[in-house]
Amino acid sequence: MSTLVLLLITGVGLGALYFLVASGLSLIYGLMGVLNFAHGAFLTLGAFVSWEMSRRIGEGTWLTFIITLVIGAAVGGAFAALTEFALIRPLYNRHIEQVLVTVGLSLAAVAIFEGVWGTDPQYTKGPEWFTRTTDVLGAQVPNDRFVTIIVAALVLLGVVLFLKKTRYGMIIRAGVENRSMVTALGIDVRKAFTLVFTIGGAAAGLGGVLASHYFGYVSPALGGSLLIFAFIVTVIGGLGSLAGAAIASVVVGVLQQITNFYWGVGDFVVIVLLAVVLLTKPTGLMGKTA
Amino acid sequence: MSPENIEPILRVQGLRAAIDGSQVVDGVDFDVPATGITALLGRNGVGKTSTIKSIIGLITRTGGTIELAGERIEKVPTHKIIQRGVGYVPEDREVFSALSVAENLKLAERDEHPNRQLVDELFPDLVKRAHQRAGSLSGGQQQMVSLARALLNDNKLLLVDEPTKGLAPKIVQEVAEALAVAAQSVPILLVEQNLAVVRQLAAGAIILSGGKVVHRTESATDFLNDEALTQRFLGVQSEDAVEQSIETTSGGTL
Repeated sequence: MSTLVLLLITGVGLGALYFLVASGLSLIYGLMGVLNFAHGAFLTLGAFVSWEMSRRIGEGTWLTFIITLVIGAAVGGAFAALTEFALIRPLYNRHIEQVLVTVGLSLAAVAIFEGVWGTDPQYTKGPEWFTRTTDVLGAQVPNDRFVTIIVAALVLLGVVLFLKKTRYGMIIRAGVENRSMVTALGIDVRKAFTLVFTIGGAAAGLGGVLASHYFGYVSPALGGSLLIFAFIVTVIGGLGSLAGAAIASVVVGVLQQITNFYWGVGDFVVIVLLAVVLLTKPTGLMGKTA
Repeated sequence: MSPENIEPILRVQGLRAAIDGSQVVDGVDFDVPATGITALLGRNGVGKTSTIKSIIGLITRTGGTIELAGERIEKVPTHKIIQRGVGYVPEDREVFSALSVAENLKLAERDEHPNRQLVDELFPDLVKRAHQRAGSLSGGQQQMVSLARALLNDNKLLLVDEPTKGLAPKIVQEVAEALAVAAQSVPILLVEQNLAVVRQLAAGAIILSGGKVVHRTESATDFLNDEALTQRFLGVQSEDAVEQSIETTSGGTL
């Protein structure tokens, strides 16, 4: 029982990391039709810059941790905004070229990270509380899992409020449904493009900082390994659906943890789940029917 | 008041546009007078919708010039053309189904003081359904939302594409009445298959065939009364078709 509780909570924690990457992927694809392969690079850069900063201002305190979260989000958001502006925008409406340029950026970024920080993992140190555990129904759950889950839930809440309550959120929701009609109402939809890239990049940057504590290290391959599962989550949840991404993140994270622990086949089961969803409901759990 | 006496609000010359390499608009020339409703007619697939879409740049224009109120707009991006005062009511309505009625209208507001009163008077149903998801509305109600989005703003020109398509006769009449009210203050270029509605609303008409203008008239009614012309350009028996559609339209309103 306690093992199952532990697996469930760490699974939700892993799902929270997936969600931080998948939310941006899903919004960007929904609005712009671009599968962003560079999304992992936003995450990795956020994680590395935060790691550098925490070494400089002193590792192991709550204040440092909170500052690195802000830095991770800012770096991820800025990198994403720059990517949209410099690489995606000039290829407006040329979706294949846009996807290819993000593939190129993801490869180049990993090479640059390896050049700057080396290929070995760089170990992180969070507040001392992170290394302890909390007893939940007999299970000893590492505390950093809770932080990951809470931050991801706050991001979900924040993005939902933004989409529901602001004019730009309204433009994004309308644009996901019918982009050309948004321009035909006199709205410059390109501003919304930059905005979803920035929001998605900031969430990924946050995810990078949290992942570096969840796994205990940062490496140039960190973003890429999370990105694969975030893509799967995005497809299972339904491309363009934030709620779908949230639900699929938790399902995939928990399923992966449990099957990995008992049978060591977590990754395989996730791929099978992807295949089943694609065969039975190709639009994903909450995707558009069209 | 003859249309030639005043400057046209829209002047299209040699307009060409292509979708995936196929020339859907192939050198279209016409003027839209600054008052009243001008009908854009033709059989299915002759390029009526493509012409409307290429005027505002929703389809890539490959040649020709377009003047809106004397200013060239053929190289201006879609959202800036709309901001200059064009209201667009697309074929198939294209409301944002996941958004509420109120959000659909809010998104369309361009002016600081939108004509809420006019829209509320024309479509009282929408006031009641402000918080309903637009996707859950009937086709007729969605058409009201689509029209309201265009009528909220002060426009120099309305482009209205098949507003009565697929609607019940009673709703067709409501849409026609709303267009008649709108036309008192703004010129309209109207694509319409329902010839009874064209008869009721349109002053002049432009007839397309094969991506080109093949006929222009200052009286849509005269054109529709001419059996040889309508047979040739629209492929309908004018009298039968018109009488039949008048019967269904008026039958619905009683």
